[in-house]
Amino acid sequence: MESVAPVRITARGWGWRHASRAAWAVRGLDLDVAPGERVLLLGPSGSGKSTLLAGLAGLLTSSAGRSAQDATGEDEGELLLDGVPADRARLAALDAGQARAGLLLQDPTAQTVLARCGDDVAFGLENHAVARHEIWPRVTRALDAVGLRYGLEHPTHRLSGGERQRLALAGVLALRPGLWLLDEPTSMLDPDGAARLRSTIADVLAETGATCVVVEHRVEAWAELVDRVAVLEPGGGVVEQGSPSGVFAAAGERLAAHGVWVPGRHPRVSTRAGSTAGPSLLEARDLAVRPARSAPVAVRGITTGVRAGEVVCLVGPNGSGKSSLALALGGLIPPAQGRVVAGPGLEPPDGAEPHRWRPRELVSRIGTVFQEPQHQFVAATCAEELAVGPRRVGLTPGETETRVADLLARLGLTRLARANPFTLSGGEQRRLSVATVLATRPRVLILDEPTFGQDALTWAALVRLLDELRAQGAGLVMATHDQWLLEHLADRVVVLPAGDPGTS
Amino acid sequence: MSALGALDGSGRAGNGIDPTAPLARANPLAKLAVSLTISMALVLSVDVVSAGVALGLELLALPWCGLAPRALARRGWILVVAAVPAAVATAVLGDSDAPVTSGLAIGLRVFAIGLPGVVLLATTDPTDLADALAQKARLPSRFVLAALASMRLFGVLAEEWAALTMARRARGVGGGGPIERVRDWGGRLFALLVLAIRRGAVLATTMESRGFGTSRPRTWARESRLGVGDLLIVLGGLALVAVAVGAAMAAGTWDIVIA
Repeated sequence: MESVAPVRITARGWGWRHASRAAWAVRGLDLDVAPGERVLLLGPSGSGKSTLLAGLAGLLTSSAGRSAQDATGEDEGELLLDGVPADRARLAALDAGQARAGLLLQDPTAQTVLARCGDDVAFGLENHAVARHEIWPRVTRALDAVGLRYGLEHPTHRLSGGERQRLALAGVLALRPGLWLLDEPTSMLDPDGAARLRSTIADVLAETGATCVVVEHRVEAWAELVDRVAVLEPGGGVVEQGSPSGVFAAAGERLAAHGVWVPGRHPRVSTRAGSTAGPSLLEARDLAVRPARSAPVAVRGITTGVRAGEVVCLVGPNGSGKSSLALALGGLIPPAQGRVVAGPGLEPPDGAEPHRWRPRELVSRIGTVFQEPQHQFVAATCAEELAVGPRRVGLTPGETETRVADLLARLGLTRLARANPFTLSGGEQRRLSVATVLATRPRVLILDEPTFGQDALTWAALVRLLDELRAQGAGLVMATHDQWLLEHLADRVVVLPAGDPGTS
Repeated sequence: MSALGALDGSGRAGNGIDPTAPLARANPLAKLAVSLTISMALVLSVDVVSAGVALGLELLALPWCGLAPRALARRGWILVVAAVPAAVATAVLGDSDAPVTSGLAIGLRVFAIGLPGVVLLATTDPTDLADALAQKARLPSRFVLAALASMRLFGVLAEEWAALTMARRARGVGGGGPIERVRDWGGRLFALLVLAIRRGAVLATTMESRGFGTSRPRTWARESRLGVGDLLIVLGGLALVAVAVGAAMAAGTWDIVIA
């Protein structure tokens, strides 16, 4: 990695309004970042953090001074990289063969452009018209620097989420940007993958000396990497800035109230450990599962179960088959070997094996909450979404309406009753997906990474709700990486080592 | 979802395909040209001789395509699915004087036109095809690369589809009568579309932030080359067509269909 010319950022009364929106995404923003400085941006959703990053990346083209069809919105004030408007800086860099700013986003699967690792990294260089004989050495160096050593021809679809982020990182690194823009790059990775990506980013920044602006909810790990924290407020621009420790001391309480994971202020929820071991609800006997029909067995030899009033947590590294095991317990994947058997507490229909039940029989007995809430949405509004389950199990319209209203209120979604589920924020989608499953009052709840990428407010609301369900006699099974969640709720932990699973 | 897997670029490393075989390693444009030439010639006339001879010659060329029988069967079954009903329908429902012959003519035609297509798809990496289309056929690179990137998303969508299917079962949806199944399928398709648009938007941002989407000149990391081998392959394709048509003319069965 060679060093680059770090970029200076100057924002003066900057604002941006997307073409189709009435409200300004950002307004009145003043910010100065010195060359080589690293800044962590914090703020509630809707404060325009991502818009600012897109603006810095030069991706926002205002209607002023450009042809109308290129414009994506309206701007005011100034947003400058080394004194040049950011969108013009991006275009000028195309001729220089070296990007001014590089952007790394959240979603690993959506950031891979091409089918082979080498091509994916070369893509940006080609667009910057770098000569062919220079491209490949730069690609190889970038892949080396991020620790991806599968070779240029390796198919990108075989990479894990963490590796895909690493690949995207290499694609940006090869362009030698003087400014790195990181938009929650680790929020969809497991703790191990996130830590490794972070340390690679730290190396890259140290060796290139580039300027960096990062947006992250989980600030603990990033705090040591940045020089300064800047807090944004919706419509208010930067309301607080300073050293990480200074800002957390001055504004920690307010940030925590907005759901930021402030170091030393993680949410604490008082929970009651499940003391009464109720009747057995669901049992796995010598169970083996493959994640898909043609895939190899991900987990085998599992004998465990869940009782009424108990929280069982499935933990283990990525690829240990936690999710597959959870889905098999939920009656969604047939066992490759062994059996999943419903106990009498679940009042099984004709057969005791959940994967043979009809969807309607399943939904009133076992509820499964998926890692990705969007996969589970089937209706056009939140209220209808909650009514789907109760209708399926044959509740009257009156009963259905009561349950829906009750759940909306309990999960703080009443004002969103008419909103389309796909338009909700990440935290709201998570709460809705849990509520949809609760609507049919299943005795067993299976949750796959329920706290993944959630802010501290949603996290605390979830823990409270799950604790309450346990007290009411539900049996809960959670596949999770979240140590803080384990400390709050786990009655029993099933550890799945990578490869050969066992129970503890 | 093996068809989608092939689109994702996984077909190249795929089982039973030898990428170093003379026809497999040819420039995708040469393969495309041969495939198109055969198709265009064979749709002109519906007769047994031209299709039969073309298919026979194609089968003779098969050993140089690098497709093991297993790989061919896995990708070629669709031709059987298409050819047999087409042939039967023509024979039974057609108003021809010789129903069996015209059924056979149609069936053989589907095979003779389809086989080069199967070989093309199985032995061609989409990336190489895009390189060739943009560099050699001079198609606009923005269009070609956008299409290539969206094809990679297909593989992701296949996984999404499986997850959607499970997630909806968990919601109690599906599994009823045929009407409900169709409705459920429609619902899943809609959800897939929404997810695809979201992913597509992120992908577009990524591509743009790496300098894609302007009209400025770009370079190509890998040069798409047309060599002597490619010329021979195109000539071979032309010869194949000439022999097939010539044989049909000699046999007096060549009869140009004019719509």
